[in-house]
Amino acid sequence: MAKSTIAVIDYGMGNLHSVASALEHVGDNVEVLVSGDPEKILAADRVLFPGVGAIRDCMAEILRLGIDQVVAEAMQTKPLLAICVGMQALMQRSEENGGVDCLGFYPGEVKFFGEHLQDANGQKLKVPHMGWNHVHQQKPHPLWANIAQDERFYFVHSFYVQAQDSDMVMGTTDYGVNINAAISRDNVFAAQFHPEKSSTAGLQLLQNFLSWDGQS
Amino acid sequence: MALAKRIIPCLDVENGRVVKGVNFVDIRDAGDPVEVAKRYNEQGADEITFLDITATHEGRATTIHTVEQIAEQVFIPLTVGGGIRTVEDIRAMLNAGADKIGINSAAIYNPDFVKEASEKFGAQCIVVAIDAKKVSAAGEPLRWEIFTHGGRKATGIDAVEWAKKMADYGAGEILLTSMDGDGTKLGFDLALTRAISDAVCVPVIASGGVGNLQHLVDGVKEGGADAVLAASIFHFGEYTVPEAKRFMAEQGVEVRL
Repeated sequence: MAKSTIAVIDYGMGNLHSVASALEHVGDNVEVLVSGDPEKILAADRVLFPGVGAIRDCMAEILRLGIDQVVAEAMQTKPLLAICVGMQALMQRSEENGGVDCLGFYPGEVKFFGEHLQDANGQKLKVPHMGWNHVHQQKPHPLWANIAQDERFYFVHSFYVQAQDSDMVMGTTDYGVNINAAISRDNVFAAQFHPEKSSTAGLQLLQNFLSWDGQS
Repeated sequence: MALAKRIIPCLDVENGRVVKGVNFVDIRDAGDPVEVAKRYNEQGADEITFLDITATHEGRATTIHTVEQIAEQVFIPLTVGGGIRTVEDIRAMLNAGADKIGINSAAIYNPDFVKEASEKFGAQCIVVAIDAKKVSAAGEPLRWEIFTHGGRKATGIDAVEWAKKMADYGAGEILLTSMDGDGTKLGFDLALTRAISDAVCVPVIASGGVGNLQHLVDGVKEGGADAVLAASIFHFGEYTVPEAKRFMAEQGVEVRL
């Protein structure tokens, strides 16, 4: 069997080592390519759209390098997994950095947890939301295969996605507010948590992505 | 259904070996860091912290290689600290596979370094490590100061004020070590932990002095810590990570089992 390829989009923001080595770890017969070259990215069978750091800087680099076009085209043609700020970038607008326009592929906003976040019992909650929290699967999806309902994944973020279309929401997490932990439409799946840092469950999700044909 | 309190085994590494001393002296050997990290990962640790206490330049090259090996095999967050002074130091550790970087004395000498690092790499990746010691006399209101050089040198900086400043400067997390407690196995300084945790909005990791599992529970319940870090109770086989988590769960602490 020919090797399948996955391109991890490198637009100069942060460390792609973790996600690449996690994909290599779970991928049998998979070539992992970390690249910012549109041609190479679009020639791959699957695309991973990562993102760390501040959205303003991420968006600036995405636009400067033409990654917006690459993502738009990949979204039409092949399975795409967006992680963390990569997920946020797919929405219309983020409250971070005083308000930043995002790629606008999906209706909805990226909101701040706030400085006085509390749980249901009035206990102060720290921001960033950092650590292992439950993800409640709202719908069946091939990427949830062999992952328990309400499994914990590793999160680290201060802003969260609120998709307008509730049909897109595949997983939710409670942290003072109910956030979109995962959304999906057609051949695109996006997660706020970090599968590459989420031990067994996270590796399972990456493995599911590597065998996903993009049909939900 | 809530965010789990994290259990973080800490590897103090010198010249490529895991060591742990009592009050930073009398160091005992606890093994190969890659093997130790893999063991904790398999046991269900929530994160791993790697503190490089190597002083020499050659030692640091070993450290980068060790971090690379750990990152290839361990898919939970890895924090690396010790001797981080420049943006290039941070980049080298991130490229080796670290997820978060601990900054300690460099923050004291140049607080703007924390700002710069946070702006460049994101607050999620910057952990400011604070080594504090109680300086108030008996009967006085409690007060803690920042110490450097393994607790030998006072700085005159108030620990609570410093934690607030570091959070403002872009620290995504505070790693708080009580120098009075470190290596003693007498438990965290709970008043210190509570004071810092209440003062900042970012997560606080309590460290220094864990001798039994009740200490971990106390750190969360009384100290208000978001995560607890321990070394020797795990390294020398007194307790495993699952034992610690089960005990904490029985005491009503939310953990990832």
